[in-house]
Amino acid sequence: MSATRAEYCVIACAEAWRDAGEVLASPMGLIPSLGARLARLTFAPDLLLTDGEALLVRPDGTPEGWLPYRQHLELVAGGRRHVMMGASQLDRYGNQNISRIGDRERPRRQLLGVRGAPLNTLNNPVSYWVPRHSRRVFVERVDMVCGVGYDRAAGLGAAARFHRIARVVTDLAVLDFATPDHSMRLVSVHPGASVEQVREATGFELAVPDGVPYTREPGAAELRLIREVLDPVGARTREVPQGAGG
Amino acid sequence: MADKTMTADEVVSRLASGMTLGIGGWGSRRKPMALVRALLRSGIGDLTVVAYGGPDVGMLAAAGRIRRLVTAFVTLDSVPLEPHYRAAREHGGLALTEIDEGMFQSGLRAAAQRLPFLPVRAGIGSDVMRAGPELRTVTSPYADGETLVAMPALRLDAALVHVHRADRLGNGQYLGPEPYFDDLFCEAADAAYVSCERIVDTAELTRAAGPQSLLLKRLAVTGVVEAPNGAHFTSCAPDYGRDEEFQRWYATTPWPEFAARFLGADEAAYRAAVEDWRTEVER
Repeated sequence: MSATRAEYCVIACAEAWRDAGEVLASPMGLIPSLGARLARLTFAPDLLLTDGEALLVRPDGTPEGWLPYRQHLELVAGGRRHVMMGASQLDRYGNQNISRIGDRERPRRQLLGVRGAPLNTLNNPVSYWVPRHSRRVFVERVDMVCGVGYDRAAGLGAAARFHRIARVVTDLAVLDFATPDHSMRLVSVHPGASVEQVREATGFELAVPDGVPYTREPGAAELRLIREVLDPVGARTREVPQGAGG
Repeated sequence: MADKTMTADEVVSRLASGMTLGIGGWGSRRKPMALVRALLRSGIGDLTVVAYGGPDVGMLAAAGRIRRLVTAFVTLDSVPLEPHYRAAREHGGLALTEIDEGMFQSGLRAAAQRLPFLPVRAGIGSDVMRAGPELRTVTSPYADGETLVAMPALRLDAALVHVHRADRLGNGQYLGPEPYFDDLFCEAADAAYVSCERIVDTAELTRAAGPQSLLLKRLAVTGVVEAPNGAHFTSCAPDYGRDEEFQRWYATTPWPEFAARFLGADEAAYRAAVEDWRTEVER
């Protein structure tokens, strides 16, 4: 049975936590959550995960620790964490915006606010999840820098020594910043999507190597975990419909 | 020892326009909503509000009581974007000092410790550095030479928080999994007002719960208000969860209609109006 687009997205998110070791995985949103839990049940068993509130829980739901917000914020500063956040806007160097669209005094759209993005990006590895890859999200310049990108980090000296943006996963592709100037690069496209489609949906010039591979296939055990254990009601398909994109 | 019990209206009578007011809880979680409702019944405005924002901020913004908001976010949690806050921002007139969640905690801590600032790594390189004129950096005097944000103390004229239990002296207890930052809000303020689900005898506080649940010390508390269901419609687990249906109604109803129906009279009238509303939607 072949994987759906949402399932490729789950796999691509899970891969963000490969080799992360014994750290807190902080996925924001449904597909990143499924990815983090899949990673822990398979290739990253030492990951810590919360119940979305103040408890650290084992895969069967058994509490194994207490992590109220006050301790969570300190854990971020300590660096033993890999977060996957959302992004309303993202630019070629990984500057991220979740605060507002438009002017500071009178925004066209007031969004959430910076939340913990400045703290996250200077202290622990950060990845991003974008459920609709489009030119509205992937822009030349973000309206407010919440998460710090590589061009901003470059001038910060010692303050940026823990800065790392690991990957960006969208409904079309996986991207990273492994180029000489840390501009965004296409790593893989999900089966059913094309390099051209990704280029078309990105509002800046993307680094595209020759022979971009497809995102890897999920194994049979991984598919079973996604479908039977982690998301039996199929909520993932509401976030990323089959054959999504563009 | 002083009995600090008072009514919500007595709390509000000690507040004034132009104050810097800290509001506890987090998003749509354990917000001191009964105290916010009392504030809305008063004429107090021109406030600088310091909060991890939820419907407390939404309601005060909708009523035009906030001059400047200091926050890291405003959300209803199950409704990601607070509609009344958004409207206030998009129509202009609500000034915003936007800081990171961790900077916020450090700002409260600095105030609680009577320090002018605390160094934090969060904020450097991001646009929060331009969110207000007051953010400066500080350079480590040690060999690393790291440049950090000097997060200024978030000193408050008054703090409003809601907990599960308190005694008449101002010792406050939380019974859920999450203390949020309510102790820091109280310690950072010149006067702290605590509403609670139930006032109990001091001995009752530790009968069923451990002493680590005693979040608020009376030396940092000015007044205690018994306000059953006083966090409604935000969550106050384990006493009650968020009233999702009512919150959705709040989020989708024009503000004048909501305010006229629920916020005209006292807290008892609010509770009665909520019950009427529930009967209506269940019919």
